[in-house]
Amino acid sequence: MPQAAVSEAAASAGARDYRALIEPARINSRLYYDPAIFQEELEKIWYKTWVYVGHTSEIPNKNDYVTKSIGPMPVLMVRDKEGEVRLLLNKCPHRGNQLCAYQKGNRTSFTCPYHSWTFSNTGDLMGYALPDGYEGQSKAGLNLGKVPRIAIYRGFVFGSMAAEGISLEEHLGGAKAALDQLLDNSPTGELELTAGFLQHRTKANWKFMLENETDGYHPGFVHGSVFQVTSSGIGSLYGSDSTALTRDYGNGHTEFDLRPEWRKNDKPLQWFGTTPERLPEYVKAMNAGYGEERARQIMIDGSPHVMIFPNLFIAEIQIFVLQPVAVDETVQHVTAVQFKGAPDINRRLRQQTMGSVGPAGLLLADDTEMYERNHRGAQILDPEWLVLSRGLHRERLDDNGFRIAHSTDETPQRGIWRHYLNLMTEAR
Amino acid sequence: MTALAQSFADVSAPDLAATDAVALHHQVAQFLYLEARLADTHDYDGWEALWTDDAIYWVPANGDDTDPEKEMSVLYDNRSRIGVRIRQLKTGRRHTQTPRSELARVISNIEIAEVRGNEVEVRANVLIYEDNLRGDTLWAARNTYRLRMVDGGFRLVRKKIALVNNNKPIFTLSFLV
Ligand code: FES
Ligand SMILES: [Fe+2]
Repeated sequence: MPQAAVSEAAASAGARDYRALIEPARINSRLYYDPAIFQEELEKIWYKTWVYVGHTSEIPNKNDYVTKSIGPMPVLMVRDKEGEVRLLLNKCPHRGNQLCAYQKGNRTSFTCPYHSWTFSNTGDLMGYALPDGYEGQSKAGLNLGKVPRIAIYRGFVFGSMAAEGISLEEHLGGAKAALDQLLDNSPTGELELTAGFLQHRTKANWKFMLENETDGYHPGFVHGSVFQVTSSGIGSLYGSDSTALTRDYGNGHTEFDLRPEWRKNDKPLQWFGTTPERLPEYVKAMNAGYGEERARQIMIDGSPHVMIFPNLFIAEIQIFVLQPVAVDETVQHVTAVQFKGAPDINRRLRQQTMGSVGPAGLLLADDTEMYERNHRGAQILDPEWLVLSRGLHRERLDDNGFRIAHSTDETPQRGIWRHYLNLMTEAR
Repeated sequence: MTALAQSFADVSAPDLAATDAVALHHQVAQFLYLEARLADTHDYDGWEALWTDDAIYWVPANGDDTDPEKEMSVLYDNRSRIGVRIRQLKTGRRHTQTPRSELARVISNIEIAEVRGNEVEVRANVLIYEDNLRGDTLWAARNTYRLRMVDGGFRLVRKKIALVNNNKPIFTLSFLV
């Protein structure tokens, strides 16, 4: 581990001075590769703040469950016998055995294979094998662990491992509007995330992904090969003349806002690279759902490109969930956005998603190559500080008071680190 | 309708069932070795030329019995998307393949599962050793191929690569698998 170049305060365990590692427009490389910092992030971010876990449409029926995660920790997202969504921890309270070994299923109870303790899908201990050995003892306190706080916004299920803290609404703040924008693109206002997730293993720190999701500076270069071989025409969105915006919503949430471009062109479904004629069923359903005028505006504005801190990335037509598993390893979970009641567009959403993202994706395989090179590069000692100054001179506030700048500016990344510094230096 | 459950296409031309079983097995194996070599050596044009127009190149995720028309796959290319994939590789700016992966794959356990008309369905196991900037990765898969006899030689109609660990997180898969 390089010591010499790092300030004493930064190197001393226990009382790491994050103010000495994060400045408004530059950050210290150590933040990406120091295992002690990763451990502290688990405590101060992943096991504290609101983290996206899953979507209610993944467990449509009573007794459905699916294995999800909060940071490296697996979480069972369950719809119990009464239909209530619960987040249970997958650990047998007897001797700690991993309780459920499956990705998903439907069951009213979970039995531990080790000594056969059985738990209801509400998390309560129903019974143990050979009960005579526990004569006179209470079952109280022997239930499955739970994620202390759970909150659902329009189907998006979030959990917080802190018993107390700000509400989900407060956490989402202005970024809530981006989730609404996504759901407006559904004729029913609902999603059905039923296509299953790809899991892209990435040998890099999670923050490289967090920062890149709303980096409008890289696409012209990292994805130049795709723009060259397809006639997508989206390459121009990432140039100097683009009217698209980057936005810092606060609380670490950031956005790449393409609406100025789409509104200028005024063509419904251009955001999706198609026309109303090609998706007649979808357009009909949208008109029925919202009225023609509103539907037209929604189809011009398109779906958002927003990174909800720390792990939910909506990339117009994909839902990404970032899962840190180690200081140098992250899993990118990704699925296609699927709108309830829109089969014709859903098919195209799946096809485009399979082509562009995941381990073999025409786009994401190259992003992921950059993440891994980022991680290896960050460990080189000199220069120690990395630069996030792009567009400092042209930042301004939008009508809602959020900081915005040119599509290629590093306003989102500066916003992420501002929030990160708050979390890492917050009193307990 | 899953890709490999689709009915055999053109049953007009030569009847492979009439071919001697040993000779057919040999001919199939030679074709699989050719395809493997073209992929290992990044002979993009040679590899692309093996495919028929109704091609499906498929790497399922989350098991080997999913429906690619409804569920996410790691890769589910028709002929036109195979073409885009190859053209992207050939730009020289497909960063994940710049520099290219060094590859050596071994194909074994070749079984002819079904012969119908001018088509044959083949199962084989494959182990692929990949070396790239990240390090070394070993890929293991149970493959299913559908080959069609066209003008005296086999062409590739369908290739399904069922990675044995496709229900777990996997690294970038950007070489021709
Ligand atoms: S560890 Fe689960 S029953 Fe003993
Ligand atoms: Fe990208």
